[in-house]
Amino acid sequence: MPRYCNAVVDEHGFVSRHFKLLRLRPLSEMQEPKAGQFYMLQAGATSDPLLKRPFSLFKREDGTLSFLYRIRGKGTQSLARFRQGDSIRVIGPLGNRYPVPQGDFIAVAGGIGIASLLSLLEGYPGRAHLFHGARSAEELVMGEEVKRVAKEVIIATDDGSAGMRGVVTDLLAVRLGMTTEPLLPIYACGPTPMLRELHRVVADKEVRCHVSLEEHMACGVGACLGCVVKTTSGYRRVCKEGPVFDMKELAW
Amino acid sequence: MNLSVKIGSLTLKNPVMTASGTFGYGEEYSEFIDLDRLGAIVVKGLSVVPREGNPTPRVVETPSGMLNAIGLQNIGIEAFLRDKLPFLRRFSTPVIANFFGDSVEEYVSAAEQLSGAEGVHALEMNISCPNKQAGWIVFGTDPKAMEQVVRAVRKATTLPLIVKLSPNVTSIGRMAKVAEESGADAVSIMNTITGMVIDVKRRIPVLANCTGGLSGPAIRPIAVRMVWEAYKCISIPIIGMGGIMNAQDALEFLIAGARAVAVGTANFVNPSATVEVIEGIGHYLLDEEIPDINDLIGSLKMVPRMQS
Repeated sequence: MPRYCNAVVDEHGFVSRHFKLLRLRPLSEMQEPKAGQFYMLQAGATSDPLLKRPFSLFKREDGTLSFLYRIRGKGTQSLARFRQGDSIRVIGPLGNRYPVPQGDFIAVAGGIGIASLLSLLEGYPGRAHLFHGARSAEELVMGEEVKRVAKEVIIATDDGSAGMRGVVTDLLAVRLGMTTEPLLPIYACGPTPMLRELHRVVADKEVRCHVSLEEHMACGVGACLGCVVKTTSGYRRVCKEGPVFDMKELAW
Repeated sequence: MNLSVKIGSLTLKNPVMTASGTFGYGEEYSEFIDLDRLGAIVVKGLSVVPREGNPTPRVVETPSGMLNAIGLQNIGIEAFLRDKLPFLRRFSTPVIANFFGDSVEEYVSAAEQLSGAEGVHALEMNISCPNKQAGWIVFGTDPKAMEQVVRAVRKATTLPLIVKLSPNVTSIGRMAKVAEESGADAVSIMNTITGMVIDVKRRIPVLANCTGGLSGPAIRPIAVRMVWEAYKCISIPIIGMGGIMNAQDALEFLIAGARAVAVGTANFVNPSATVEVIEGIGHYLLDEEIPDINDLIGSLKMVPRMQS
């Protein structure tokens, strides 16, 4: 099954001020993606920006692939200019997947990290305790969808415009501290500072923690060695051995 | 139509190979293209001792290019021969082992280890590394240091020996000549150009290594010029590379004097770039009614320009 093909922009619009949802219809049959996998998307029509950009799959439905992204740098600014009917080159699905959760689990999403976790939540409705952190209420995109598939949603924002004011890892630390039963496995995706904080929170606890990492990458297929992360067994490629790693393996 | 070219004693079915460091050990791209279609596969640079590579960030995009400082991360020659080479032996495409060292002795032992292996058809020396025994001077930027290491490796192998030249020199023609006189069977032109990107907000270099190698279409005109200059100075074959994204780009190198070309950064952008380049060169030869690619090589016309 080819993992490199042309796709047509089916729909492309803002879901909030900084976030866009891009729905692509691949023009040839592609491999079925698993929760946690990602795609490399052509970001522009010329050689600048040159490299494709990695995006977690947000949703797979009716033969389309949807990506939720935040307009942040040159690549996403350029990607945001693609219009309905335009053609985009796509490589994927790439990387490993979230391990299949056995029973209930905790999901920790930071900002746009929800894009990667939502496909997991939708695969196992009613089983996730979601800790969702963002800068502000405006950035808590997909709130309704999240509520529909999660068992509970605990929100923290930096400015207090939704949920608790503060960081979501603090709320998680309180929850873990109060829990007397064996801890539920944790699935996390978000900015690196959040994941590092999570690393600290779970360091002395008996808990399986799967984190999906984000790194700048040139190829996405394991060739360039640009996207490595330091693990207890040396550098590992985020695009190939990841993006999902066991927190205990990370040499943070 | 003949697409076949010769690099020393090595015959390639077409002039398109992969550039070292952009194609892993072949496996990563084998699901995207048929490796049998390539002229040659140049593998990720190897050293006697495995290398962990640089801290991250290792790559950053630049206008029409990218800067990398991977730090020559590799599994080492022993692991390559044991774990990676058997896969490549399944294909008819010749394998060119790119290698490096940080002393003349290390280059020599790397060349010896690779030369004995079944399935290694040629060697490509990366000389853009510093010599730890001689004040860390980069072999490829000093004619004497280069001559010494190329001569030593020449004695250590009977395989076709390709020297990958650094563009970070004043005269590429002179360096190419030194490589030829030291026993190289061919030269690759060119390696990446040293560059730097600064994060102005934090006032730090973006790459953890501070500097990195610039590649991609941004450097192509420089590479074409260097091939053209070297072609006038040497008689051994040149393998041209630097920002080749499509057949048109590859043809520039061939016309400038390259006997073969390597596709590098383009693989990252388009996993089937190599095959598209091969097909495009074929179409061009048909359109231009050139029966043999060797008739195209170095066919640049220097015509007087009318001044108005």
